[in-house]
Amino acid sequence: MSLKIIVLAKQVPDTRNVGKDAMKADGTVNRAALPAIFNPEDLNALEQALRLKDTYPGTTVTLVTMGPVRAAEIIREGLYRGADGGYLLTDRAFAGSDTLATSYAISMAIRKIKDYDLIICGRQAIDGDTAQVGPQVAEKLGINQVTYAEEIRKVEDGKITIKRRLERGIEVVETQLPLVATVNSSAPECRPRNARFVQKYKHAKTVTEKQEADTDYTELYDIRPYLSLVEWSVTDVQADTQWCGLSGSPTKVKKIENVIFQAKESKTLQPTDGEIDELMKELIANHTIG
Amino acid sequence: MANFYTDNPSLKHHLHHPLMKRIVELKERNYTDKDKFDYAPIDFEDAMDSYDKVLEIVGKICGEIIAPNAESVDHEGPTVADGRVTYARGTQENLDAVRKAGLMGIALPRRYNGLNFPIVPYMMAADLVSRADAGFENLWGLQDCAETLYEFGNEDQRQRFITRVCDGETMSMDLTEPDAGSDLQSVMLKATYNEADGYWYLNGVKRFITNGDADIHLVLARSEEGTRDGRGLSMFIYDKKDGGVTVRRIENKLGIKGSPTCELVYRNARAELCGDRKLGLIKYVMVLMNSARLGITAQAVGLSESAYREAYSYATERKQFGKAIIEFPAVYEMIALIRAKTDASRTLLYETARFVDIYKALEDISKERKLTPEERQEMKKYAKLADAFTPIGKAMATEFANQNTYDTIQIHGGSGFMKDYACERLYRDARITNIYEGTTQLQVVAAIRHVTTGTYLAKIREYEGLAYKPELDDLKKKLITMTDQYEKVVTLVTETRDNEYIDFHARRMVEAAAHCVIGHLLLQDTTVDESFRRSAEVYINYAQAEVKKIESYITSFDREDLGYFKPH
Repeated sequence: MSLKIIVLAKQVPDTRNVGKDAMKADGTVNRAALPAIFNPEDLNALEQALRLKDTYPGTTVTLVTMGPVRAAEIIREGLYRGADGGYLLTDRAFAGSDTLATSYAISMAIRKIKDYDLIICGRQAIDGDTAQVGPQVAEKLGINQVTYAEEIRKVEDGKITIKRRLERGIEVVETQLPLVATVNSSAPECRPRNARFVQKYKHAKTVTEKQEADTDYTELYDIRPYLSLVEWSVTDVQADTQWCGLSGSPTKVKKIENVIFQAKESKTLQPTDGEIDELMKELIANHTIG
Repeated sequence: MANFYTDNPSLKHHLHHPLMKRIVELKERNYTDKDKFDYAPIDFEDAMDSYDKVLEIVGKICGEIIAPNAESVDHEGPTVADGRVTYARGTQENLDAVRKAGLMGIALPRRYNGLNFPIVPYMMAADLVSRADAGFENLWGLQDCAETLYEFGNEDQRQRFITRVCDGETMSMDLTEPDAGSDLQSVMLKATYNEADGYWYLNGVKRFITNGDADIHLVLARSEEGTRDGRGLSMFIYDKKDGGVTVRRIENKLGIKGSPTCELVYRNARAELCGDRKLGLIKYVMVLMNSARLGITAQAVGLSESAYREAYSYATERKQFGKAIIEFPAVYEMIALIRAKTDASRTLLYETARFVDIYKALEDISKERKLTPEERQEMKKYAKLADAFTPIGKAMATEFANQNTYDTIQIHGGSGFMKDYACERLYRDARITNIYEGTTQLQVVAAIRHVTTGTYLAKIREYEGLAYKPELDDLKKKLITMTDQYEKVVTLVTETRDNEYIDFHARRMVEAAAHCVIGHLLLQDTTVDESFRRSAEVYINYAQAEVKKIESYITSFDREDLGYFKPH
């Protein structure tokens, strides 16, 4: 049995190593100051897809990502690790999308791909932490969804078994394909790049990248078609521009505040049973604990 | 998020040596593989870019997986039960990572699913892995055996075994026995041919076998009944799937504890002959040992690099008497010397690797077509240089690794003696490097004929003809003086025509030659990249004193005094 898997991945600013110039004065993220990386939980998702490919030979893994031209790097990263191909949604009309517009654009791309059994993505991206895109894509496609997946255990007769990692324990669920699964960071880390795949795909470029770069290997793209990465515009995925980009995004950032945690009042306790007992009662009473 | 490749620019420097152009062109047969394999390079720049990108993968795995696992692997070590070895948890994780990254079979041809890399980038990967965990380098570096299998096995054997190694199966080379260590001529493991099925059957015991529970073994065994010397030994391939070999015990070692060192019992183990009968030791093991020696040189370089980093970071953080201890001359001198000896070992490693690359590539081509007379000359020239440089590289780099890890503990003071810091592990791991794959004393035996026949001297004088940066003139002059001193002592010793006397001073002469060679290599490095300047200055000042000491010892030595050293 083989599967057709789509992995949704996002290129994000690396907010884990934030320097002093990470934010602009107006409160928006200074993307230029932060290295662009593969969203960490999307890498966990990719690993789940690649494991299914290891288990079920013939399985294909296709990446879908949306962003500026440089987000093609996400597709190459996927190919370096064992994915089979990918699509980059890139168009000025997609710029400024919130989660609703993003999931609309992605769902249109998936409709165009048409043939799939399973869509896997990270639970959330580290630049927005919304965890909305996966579930919204499922809704727009009208298919099942399983969130907080930690391990996709098996696929059999059109049924999939998934272990979910929840706040208070684990849950194993079984459901029908097709399906959207969003993967937690507690899932296994993604495998390293593979030496053969890196050599095979390092020249892979989208049309725009080819135009922008003065590459010496132009003749290569005729001989090795898999080195031409697909770029899709709004028209390519037959999306309605009013649902895309800023016009399709009801979310408006009203204000951004810097929150600094400070201990405003402190209390000194004597290390006696009595005082500790008092404190416990106080904390239970104001619902800090219990 | 450490990457051991990108954080160490000296590797890139050595990768981009001018000789690489020739090496890659030979190795890639003018880039003809590109029509057959989708991961083959298009041209020289493309190939170099591939080496760079793959080394980046190695560096990342080293920094993020292998190095963080090193401590637990050292503590846990492998275990043996029911004749089979289980690796430490971290070792298994490391192996899984390098397999998934496709880093097995780096130097093997693409038609067996290898990466077809030259020895230079392959040794760089070994350098990186050893910096992360020298013990793991032993397991990973045993892919060397597949090269021997490639060189001497038949096409059917190559197809069956090399592809498996490229897919991640491990190998071992089963040479040593309880009564055959440095003296492999005494190997007794018995190989008996069975006419009925056309296979050989092995019986006996092997000892000190690194990764002895490997999937595929190369075994040195006595195929000629009644013989007692090396001419009765042949090489065999044993496949673990066939059974017949069990692990009786694993050694409890001082260092490289993650790598299982096994005692193996062969009970009618079915095996097949590799290459021709009787050539096992005199030809195949010699080739195998030479490539393994280069691997150990890389292991020593990686250990020295790691030692330097531990020493430097401790000395900059540790404060005594109101300042960081690196501010004190006694400490910074040690650190500067560790750095210099590390750069010295590394530059010698890659010079040697380049020589090996050219002659091995030409040798391989000679199996496909007749070499031109120029190519034959080229092959002979580099084969000789490789033969001369491999033993001095191993001798110097492994002795330096011992000195460097020793000094690193010294810099840590009392803390270095505790198990809390990595330096004590490095010190224990380094200790085997100048012993296995031929002790330093045996490297000297291999090197001495290049002293007496003038291979080193000719190469050093050739280096003198190279144009260095003008500001390095003083250092170059020092090297010329050192070379004159070396030449003088060699004449003094060899004109006695007394072999015992030559052997007695052999190590001193070999070291003097090595100091001159390394000095020149560091000047070449500095001419390209100023960041090697400090190491060049520090090393040549140190080496100058060493050569002077050697000269003084030999010139003032009275041959009659040899008697005082001899056993009664």
